[in-house]
Amino acid sequence: MTTPMTRPSTDQVWEWLETIPDPEIPVITLVDLGIIRDVAFHGETCVVSVTPTYSGCPATSMINMDIETCLRDHGLDNIELKQQLSPAWTTDWMSDKARAALEEYGIAPPQPAGGPTRCPHCGGTHLEKLSQFGSTPCKAQWRCKDCLEPFEYFKCI
Amino acid sequence: MTVDKNLLLQFLLRQGDNTLILGHRVSEWCGHSPVLEEDIALANTALDLIGQTQMWLGYAAEVQGEGKTADDLAFLRDAWDFRNVLLTELPNGDFGQTLMRQFLFDAFQSVLMGRLMGSTDETVAAIAAKASKEVAYHVERSADTVVGLGDGTEESHNRMQAALEYLWPYVGEMFESDETDAAMAAAGIAPDPSTLRAEYDALVTRVLAEATLTLPESRYAHKGGRTGRMHTEHLGHLLATMQWLQRAYPGCEW
Repeated sequence: MTTPMTRPSTDQVWEWLETIPDPEIPVITLVDLGIIRDVAFHGETCVVSVTPTYSGCPATSMINMDIETCLRDHGLDNIELKQQLSPAWTTDWMSDKARAALEEYGIAPPQPAGGPTRCPHCGGTHLEKLSQFGSTPCKAQWRCKDCLEPFEYFKCI
Repeated sequence: MTVDKNLLLQFLLRQGDNTLILGHRVSEWCGHSPVLEEDIALANTALDLIGQTQMWLGYAAEVQGEGKTADDLAFLRDAWDFRNVLLTELPNGDFGQTLMRQFLFDAFQSVLMGRLMGSTDETVAAIAAKASKEVAYHVERSADTVVGLGDGTEESHNRMQAALEYLWPYVGEMFESDETDAAMAAAGIAPDPSTLRAEYDALVTRVLAEATLTLPESRYAHKGGRTGRMHTEHLGHLLATMQWLQRAYPGCEW
């Protein structure tokens, strides 16, 4: 038997979720990334709707596990994770805080123009694309022709 | 309008089997590509295709209603139950042939996904909306590579022309239609594939012209994959590799 507890508010649950880092880019959180679409209580069950960034992103199962672990640690037992496909995730949902954190970390944040505006290392603007694909599905490889360093760009989708 | 469940299932298997079989084929390049960037690109493309498969076959299993999962459909069906077009199961050949096959398929998907986003079936529309974002950069890359190699050296040009001539007879099957397609079109779930040909031809003709490649004149089409009537001998070999673990150790998980 578990001791009955008062149900936390959805705001409280959002606050907890705000602390979970992205498993592959730990400087931003899942909430920053914009993939948590909804938190609601259906009866005693806390239902968290999550949308995948890319359909085949291998981090998805890790993300679901991290959410479940976090909420259990805060005493929630009845948790349901719902995959929400529509509307499809877009980098527009990424917070300004996350964009700044990415750049600080060395990853150029997504831009509507389809390519980075400046090198995250030196701020140079002479850039070239090496490949549309990078170390994770969400990134492309670019190089700065000013400092000659390669860097990753978070693709805009 | 309600649609026959079995016909909807056939339609979903065609979508999911196309992405599954091509995804597996492309994944065979992992660790073997000419340069690191291309290796990463091919592996990521394969990953996207397999991700899309999880959505299509996941929904197919739900519609089927027998308690199966996307994994059951992927790993426990035999060749005659697969509904992918023959193009997707053809061997990789050289790097150029792989990218030519990818372009011919990506171009079709880019036209189809655009239409499926307006499907009357909410789940189909949602999967298409998700997939279309990935298809957009797939077709951009495969088209660029076809142009780069086609309009490249004499060697790369000749290889791309040979790849086009080998693959072109497999293009027509994507635009075939039968009673399943008629039912999907009537219910507003999916367009009749034959109505997509003009848009496809416009895209492919433009890219191949830029690639200085000559489009074969024959419209002869090898068929039998999407109806399941007859696959090529290559599919069985692909499945033997892809399904080996689940066949040897049924129910194995990690």
